[in-house]
Amino acid sequence: MAEAVHPESHGHAEHESTGVDSRKLGMWLFLSSEFLFFGALITNYLLYSNRTGFNIYPREVYDIPFTSVSSFVLLMSSLTMVLAHNAVSRDDQPQARTWLFATAALGSVFLAGQVFEFTEFIVHYDMKLTTNPVASAFYVLTGFHGLHVAIGVFMLLSLWGISRFKGRLSEEKGMNVEMVGLYWHFVDIIWIVIFTVVYLIDAARV
Amino acid sequence: MTDVAARPVTTIYRKPRSETGLWSWITTVDHKRIGTMYGYASFLFFLLGGIEALLLRVHLAQANSEFLTAGAYNALFTMHGTTMIFLFVMPASAAFFNYLLPLQLGARDVAFPRLNALSWWVFFFGGIFLYSSFIFGTSFAPMTPDGITGNIPINGGPGAFNFLADSPNGGWFGYQPNAGPFYSTGTAMDYWSMGLQILGLASLISSINFIVTVFNMRAKGMRLLRMPVFAWMTTVVAFLMLFSLPIIAVALFLATFDRQFGSVFFQASNGGDPILWQHLFWLFGHPEVYILILPAMGIVSEVIPTFSRKPLFGYSAVVFAGAAIAFLGFGVWAHHMFSSGISPVAQAAFGLATMTIAVPTGIKIFNWLGTMWLGKIRFNTAMLFSVGFVAMFVIGGLSGVTHSIVPSDWQQTDTYYIVGHFHYVLFGGAIFGLFSGLYYWYPKLRGRLMNERLGKIHFWLMFIGMNMTFAPMHWLGLQGMVRRTWKYPAEAGLETWNQIETIGAFTIALSILFFMYNWWRSKTHGEPSGLDPWDARTVEWMIPNPTPEYNFAVSPVVESLDDFWRRKYTEDEEGRAVRRPEADQVIADLEEIGHNPPAPIHLPNPSYFPFLVGLAITIISYGIIYHTSAWGKALIVGGVLLTLISFIGWGIEPLEDEPDDAAPGNLQPAEAH
Amino acid sequence: MRSRLRSLRLAGLVLLALVVSACQLVAPDVEDAPLNSLDPQGPFARQIDDLFWPVFWIATGVFFFVQLAIIVAAIFFRDRPGRKEPKQIHGNAKLEVIWTVIPALILATIAVPTVRTVFDLTECSPDAMRVEVIGHQWWFEFRYSNLEGIPDGVEIETANTMVIPADEEVCALMTSEDVVHNFWVPKLNGKRYLVPGQETILRLQADEPGTYYAHCAEFCGLSHSLMRAQVEAVPRAEFDAWLARQLEPAAVPDEGTPEFEGLQVFQNAGCVQCHAIDFEDNDQNITDNVLPRDAFNGPNLTHFADQYRTHFAGAALPEHGEDYDTALKRWLADPPSVKPGSFMPDLGLTEAEIDDLIAWLKTLE
Repeated sequence: MAEAVHPESHGHAEHESTGVDSRKLGMWLFLSSEFLFFGALITNYLLYSNRTGFNIYPREVYDIPFTSVSSFVLLMSSLTMVLAHNAVSRDDQPQARTWLFATAALGSVFLAGQVFEFTEFIVHYDMKLTTNPVASAFYVLTGFHGLHVAIGVFMLLSLWGISRFKGRLSEEKGMNVEMVGLYWHFVDIIWIVIFTVVYLIDAARV
Repeated sequence: MTDVAARPVTTIYRKPRSETGLWSWITTVDHKRIGTMYGYASFLFFLLGGIEALLLRVHLAQANSEFLTAGAYNALFTMHGTTMIFLFVMPASAAFFNYLLPLQLGARDVAFPRLNALSWWVFFFGGIFLYSSFIFGTSFAPMTPDGITGNIPINGGPGAFNFLADSPNGGWFGYQPNAGPFYSTGTAMDYWSMGLQILGLASLISSINFIVTVFNMRAKGMRLLRMPVFAWMTTVVAFLMLFSLPIIAVALFLATFDRQFGSVFFQASNGGDPILWQHLFWLFGHPEVYILILPAMGIVSEVIPTFSRKPLFGYSAVVFAGAAIAFLGFGVWAHHMFSSGISPVAQAAFGLATMTIAVPTGIKIFNWLGTMWLGKIRFNTAMLFSVGFVAMFVIGGLSGVTHSIVPSDWQQTDTYYIVGHFHYVLFGGAIFGLFSGLYYWYPKLRGRLMNERLGKIHFWLMFIGMNMTFAPMHWLGLQGMVRRTWKYPAEAGLETWNQIETIGAFTIALSILFFMYNWWRSKTHGEPSGLDPWDARTVEWMIPNPTPEYNFAVSPVVESLDDFWRRKYTEDEEGRAVRRPEADQVIADLEEIGHNPPAPIHLPNPSYFPFLVGLAITIISYGIIYHTSAWGKALIVGGVLLTLISFIGWGIEPLEDEPDDAAPGNLQPAEAH
Repeated sequence: MRSRLRSLRLAGLVLLALVVSACQLVAPDVEDAPLNSLDPQGPFARQIDDLFWPVFWIATGVFFFVQLAIIVAAIFFRDRPGRKEPKQIHGNAKLEVIWTVIPALILATIAVPTVRTVFDLTECSPDAMRVEVIGHQWWFEFRYSNLEGIPDGVEIETANTMVIPADEEVCALMTSEDVVHNFWVPKLNGKRYLVPGQETILRLQADEPGTYYAHCAEFCGLSHSLMRAQVEAVPRAEFDAWLARQLEPAAVPDEGTPEFEGLQVFQNAGCVQCHAIDFEDNDQNITDNVLPRDAFNGPNLTHFADQYRTHFAGAALPEHGEDYDTALKRWLADPPSVKPGSFMPDLGLTEAEIDDLIAWLKTLE
């Protein structure tokens, strides 16, 4: 929902307002809702992961070094996102384009890593969505996160495309970069939580 | 009305420009039109849900009845509940939010007009999607995990109307694993879980929109604690939706994955936990109860002061009580599960938490009474419904307290006692409040008043009918009539009261006919209302009726709570209201300026992208249900593409024409046509 | 003045109607309603009842207070010609505090016994007799084992009727084989879920011997409304005798009798796919657990015609006033038309086969 509609411009000064741009406020609200969405999914995973008696647990098949690398890639994409936003505020359009594209590319690398990881788990360890509730919970949680990354990549590429074909990101679109940035950082933070709680802490129990 | 700036034709897009006709409604981003569409659609679903209820009541009028087949009965009570909650009360409240929130804040529109249109279209297509299960859905007898199936004979068992049995039939609460892949085979419950998912998305989008509107769009001087209570309750409800909908989204996704893709979250034979579903569902479901009732409480808090000619007693107490109810509402979900065998500590804790909700609820009721006390009360239809709300809601509230007495709830839960309880809350509460609002704000829509005579017939028929229908449910429940029961035995002594209930249900239906006739007739025959028919108190009455397209010709500057009243009335040394000598002139001036804006007003452009996105999401949902077939996959791909294209178009379509926006004209969006 | 009188009369009528309805609740005219939750017949149900009534009366008090206030306001503060404009009162802090604190105090008073009763009723006493209750779509199964009089490793299975000794606590250990069910014997206790893969408990105790009706209270699919049961409380001696009888195997009828023909039907028509019968040496090749225990299984029919098992088909049959044989005939001829969705199919039995089958089933005492 990162697309932005700006409030009525006329008479804006006549309004009582929080002073925060409406689109940004809306994005924050959306992300607060998203926090609960992932919170529920993570809780769901932990609930089943704490139960005994399943034939296979995701923690038994994690490849922590591999996932660490892909997590690092995603983390770096937050950095490039900051650089992109920075470039837009300086009105340095070529730089902004480069960093937007870099962010999208790093996100895609992370997604490729996830596809590889899923394939690995399914083919080599026979841990499928249908195997048991904890496997189901793992795939649904990380899958939804992956979907969020994919949507983020789509938005980044859209911005990149607008910048590429329109020549520049106007100030209004600069706000769009900030919004996509908010979303992107959120997706990153959620991944840090997932990687810590679902991967590292869980794997330490094996 | 002619002073609205003519919309210039832009060079790069062919944008929808029609101002009348079907196309104008499809592309509109005007909060009033969207609110109106919400209103009519929700009323249509109210009628459908009502017809379902009548069929159920006809069936239950007789012990061991075989008027409906078991499958049809289960489908009807599932769809009755789902419809009334998700397709009637929620969107009807959304209709009021949409139409009134900007007016009450003194704004020209909501913060995101196109997102607002998106909410509406997503809701509308979601409703159509859910009801299309009556045509496309299938439903078979249960199957145990090892593949043994039960039987439904060709004739569907004893009874009639078996063709209705192919729609969702696992209850509006969709308890797992009964609503899961093995025990609700066929696609019916797929329509339910995907349909609710779509409707939840619609509400989530509007909740964000309303919160931002309240935070950023208030007229000058409209501080938070000067907002009308209805605007406050809108805010509270929006926050409730914002924080509860992600939970139901997760629950529904888990169920959908179980049903569609073979995950095993709720399949006990694979180690899944059916009770987890209930926790997730009610963690959403209890806040949902307040999502349903708080808008009506907001309406009542507007109507009672107006017709008592007194300010709301304890304004801030009422506002904070509403917020407290919402906050506590997140901590009481397990009282829906007292008989599920959760630990005694949890039962005691949730019982106590539930009791505490009675306190803010009581505060509200006493403050409404305090408002009426010593007032000068006019009992027109709007006021009758509001007072009826207070009287009936108290009954629902008190029977609610008996549920917090956990052991007592062990006897009453899942019986008709509960059915009676929540119908007092939702019918005597929410629906009375909504009707009160319809009579009260009808002039805003039409510039006319609804007929009082017909209105009063409507009220009294509905009041008597609802008590006849729902009061006996309490003692039927205590005498052991369990809920969701297709047949009850003749010897149980339940038949007489059931027949009285059925008569009551038809009385309600009759009252609705009076309402519909009144609504339709008042459009042309109603008494012209003028600007201020009720001697009202709040800002939304400071503009002509029907509401001009631009709402406020000049944004109001607010100096106090009940600002309109302040402009008309002052107080004498005793504190009694005294009409200012200039009051009539104030109203005449408002009327005059409201029709003749001093400066041109730019309004947001219509857009067809919200409609397209709503359509695309629904196409994806059909695709997911039939994802195993090739055309199902095609629907998913097509829907996703349509969504992406629409969003790109949305992103580069300017909201308003800005003449000095020197945009280069070489980009043609793919879908421009 | 006249209008005030008329309003008063109207108010009186309304009040009267409310009182009448309240009395309905207090004195239900259907005292023999089989599932009446206001007619406790055991200590646990009574404990709940004792908690319900004080709350009910408090609620009634609040109800009358509020309704009276509305009626008074409607009569005395109605807009009439000559009525002065009201004082613009914005609130009263003292009143707000009062109507916050008083309800809170009332609730706190109710809370204490509530919590105590919750803890009292959620755990069985250690020496209570254990009976397993298993929910199926759509019937209740009861299993007895590890009791005095039952040899080790032997399990008694019965359906639809739970036999318990009167005036003794029985601890129901409950689970479900398919969906969530809810076991409710209103005259003996509140209700409790039966959850697949989990165990819940319910304390039951009847003061006097008698039949106490039960019903599944959670929506569990097509024939939820027909998922009923009975709890038969009998004196201890009779209970022991009943247990002993349950340990006896079924007898094989003499060849040539209708009963024997009925047994042939039972074996050949497909009944044995789901139903077990325990014979003395099982030379009839009808064995327990044709299907694995944790998969679907129909009721064990070894004591189908036991004197306490007066009902069958999830205790939905025979209906009130219906003849036992007629009902059984109706059931065997086409089960899903009686109990929609039933796993017991229409086996296409002829009239004669059904008669034979009934003759044999009635020997299974």
